[in-house]
Amino acid sequence: MKRDYNILNTFPKILKNNAEVFSDRPCIREKEYGIWQTLTWSEFYNKAQILALGLKDKGLKRGDKISIIGDNRPALYITIAAAQLLGAVPVPCYQDSVAEEIKYILEHAEVKIVVVENQEQVDKVLEILNQLPKLNTIFYDDPRGLENYKNKEIESIRTILNNNENLDFSWLENEIEKTSQEEIAVMLYTSGTTGRPKGVLLSYYNIISVTSIASEVEKIDVSDEIIAYLPMAWVGDNIFCVAQSYISGFCVNCPESRDTLPIDLREIGPTYYFAPPRVWEGMLTQLMVRMQDAARLKLWTFNYFMQVAKKWGNDILDKKPVPFLARFLYGLGYLLVYGPLKNNLGLTRVRMAYTAGEAMGPDTFLFYRSLGINLKVLYGQTEATVFVSLHRDGDVDPNTVGPAFPGVDIKIENGEVMYKGTGVFKGYYKNEEATKETIDSEGWVKTGDAGVIDKRGHLKIIDRAKDVGKLNSGKMFAPKYIENKLKFCGIIKEAVAFGDNKDFVTCFINIDLEAVASWAERNNVAYSGYIDLASQDQVYELISKEILKVNKDLSKDEELYESQIKRFLILHKELDADDGELTRTNKVRRGLISERYGKLVNALYNKDKTCFIETEVTFEDGKKGSISADLKIQDMDIYPQESEAA
Amino acid sequence: MTSNKNQLMDIQKVNLSFGGLKALIDVDLHINSGEILAIIGPNGAGKSSMLNVISGIYVPQTGIVKWKGKIRKKIAPHDIARLGIARTFQNIALFRGMSALDNILTGRNILMKRNLLLEMLYYGASKTQEIEHRKKAEEIIDFLEIQSIRKTPVSRLPYGLQKRVELGRALALEPELLLLDEPMAGMNMEEKEDMCRFVLDVNEQFGTTIVLIEHDMGVVMDISDRVAVLDYGIKIADGTPDEVRSEQKVIDAYLGAG
Repeated sequence: MKRDYNILNTFPKILKNNAEVFSDRPCIREKEYGIWQTLTWSEFYNKAQILALGLKDKGLKRGDKISIIGDNRPALYITIAAAQLLGAVPVPCYQDSVAEEIKYILEHAEVKIVVVENQEQVDKVLEILNQLPKLNTIFYDDPRGLENYKNKEIESIRTILNNNENLDFSWLENEIEKTSQEEIAVMLYTSGTTGRPKGVLLSYYNIISVTSIASEVEKIDVSDEIIAYLPMAWVGDNIFCVAQSYISGFCVNCPESRDTLPIDLREIGPTYYFAPPRVWEGMLTQLMVRMQDAARLKLWTFNYFMQVAKKWGNDILDKKPVPFLARFLYGLGYLLVYGPLKNNLGLTRVRMAYTAGEAMGPDTFLFYRSLGINLKVLYGQTEATVFVSLHRDGDVDPNTVGPAFPGVDIKIENGEVMYKGTGVFKGYYKNEEATKETIDSEGWVKTGDAGVIDKRGHLKIIDRAKDVGKLNSGKMFAPKYIENKLKFCGIIKEAVAFGDNKDFVTCFINIDLEAVASWAERNNVAYSGYIDLASQDQVYELISKEILKVNKDLSKDEELYESQIKRFLILHKELDADDGELTRTNKVRRGLISERYGKLVNALYNKDKTCFIETEVTFEDGKKGSISADLKIQDMDIYPQESEAA
Repeated sequence: MTSNKNQLMDIQKVNLSFGGLKALIDVDLHINSGEILAIIGPNGAGKSSMLNVISGIYVPQTGIVKWKGKIRKKIAPHDIARLGIARTFQNIALFRGMSALDNILTGRNILMKRNLLLEMLYYGASKTQEIEHRKKAEEIIDFLEIQSIRKTPVSRLPYGLQKRVELGRALALEPELLLLDEPMAGMNMEEKEDMCRFVLDVNEQFGTTIVLIEHDMGVVMDISDRVAVLDYGIKIADGTPDEVRSEQKVIDAYLGAG
């Protein structure tokens, strides 16, 4: 369907149009009480209008900020739409942020009204309410547990949504006409690997221009289905679920709860699916763990046909010529293995799937592609309204992040990736300085990532530019590159490599509890919990084997052969966002970790065989505790450099 | 003694013995409407017997049991349920092959009106009632946050979740009085915390009166409004957690002194 986005140049205008052209088609679904409940486009628009008028009565005006905190719920999506109808700016927060983190955002954005999902979030906001003089109302969606709250600031959003009286829709339609494409559609705080989060301002023009191109490239239309399960504060959710659905008219499905996601996925069968590498890897690990328990015949069938898929699946997906016998075997495999497997994962109908945010192991990546799932890598940033580069159908390479997205220019300057395009953000909120640092006078945006562009025009990301360091020998040290290689093996959940200004490379390892526990069970290794399992000699042996493989791999690399891992230890606790060791998007906070575990880093670089450590941990309810352990340090073999010719 | 007005149950001078063994000796106990009452005591103190007297499974040899001011006679199990008394068991008593949802629906059995023909045709009143009961069951599933295991056979669930399903089945009856026999036994810390929250929520949101037996003193002192202590069939203390804690007899019974 062609629409002129020069006229329909803001979300409120598109939404109004959608209510006419898609009127009775499903807009958003939510599973409640075990049944999928649907809102059509006209209903969604109607509710958004009602809520907008309700918010206006609460004093929300053009340009004001309204915050949204919670899991993906229709009421919260309606809130975003309602705020935009009024010309107010929605500011979604990560739902698992602690009160202190939320306070910073609400304060910085000068938020007047907060709309939250449930009691958990209400409690968090109440905790910081008296420090936020500008905040006057907290709306909640799910009333459970809130019956006895007496605070006058708290109100149910359902009361407003069910109101049918004194609704001045014509006034609102006037407001819709007033919106312009340069207005801010949404403000998203970046998780901030360093320093305080920054509020990225995205205009309607940014979002609509980028999204309409994406819809064309991927041929997204009204019949597509998507599951909204990634944080609403993340730019991806705002583009894939909100903007794409506005532009294409497809239906967004909200799962019942986080735990039911696999079940809901299977019921909906999305055609368009997005997941960070972590989710794809988790799915594969779980699958492999479960296959270990299968009967022998099944296991044999699985292994045989996975070999077939590995050999031919990717070529078949890329529509390359394939011998007849291979095609036949693959067809048989689809019947026996791939089809049922995809069905089990809820991915049967997936037409395009993305992964982004972190590097993904080539094996994992190709596994899904060989099953016939069109998985592609997307490289993007909040500041770019997501899209910087994207794999195209038929031109996919697991080691790159694909060629530049249409309308985006990419260049490499001093090793750093820079881009320019219609999606480039309007600036950081109340932070002129940072904006100038990021966007140069010609409109090029610094990504902070080190990368190269290969012969085919594919971009390849190596590491964060500021993390790339040098070993004492002068050779390049790219910690994330090494860490990713380690993480690809499936039993290592997280790794932190050290080596900048050192003689050799060492690392911390976090084992993947699920995978290692299953291994322990099969090999009769008894353990009492994470700490115990992580300190077992056999587990060290298991990890050593994987590290040797990585070392072997690195020894073949022209640049990085000196980055082989010489010593490592397995950490006694999982790195956790609640302790500030990971960002909310699960990226390692390198500086903080090397500071907190400085003692361990030192031990890795002297001759110690063990090191005692005591660490403070924060539990989910905010209570603190401490755990201590005697950690073993293991030495590794180093391979001599292998030349390319060998 | 407190006023009879908000007393749900009043038990006076109850004696219960099995042959020569005296399980309960002259026990007085009242249950106030809307409270959480914990019954505690060392092993063999008569706690479970007391619970069975309250539920009407055991009929005491002497003594009076009054339900809402009226003397209660010997009573059949389905009539107990009709009175509005539901319970969970010390060792889980679920239908192991059935899904969590079906197990919870069995709790509504007593509230269903039967007409075999209409049921078979899934027609008319039968259909409406089926939808009604399913809705109630779904509300409980939502309340207990067990959506993800709705269709899972309970035998495949971990212990803590089975306990939760059992609580769900008891709640499906929409009871006035809920009896929990060691609801947290064998649970880890996290499961216990969850269960405590659910018990408190049931009490707060539905106004259900709860009588529970529990060994974990931390739990008991945290969530109960009132604690009754039994020792060798005799009630040795009855009061708020603080009062009971400082009662010398209780300390003696637990530490084995005196």
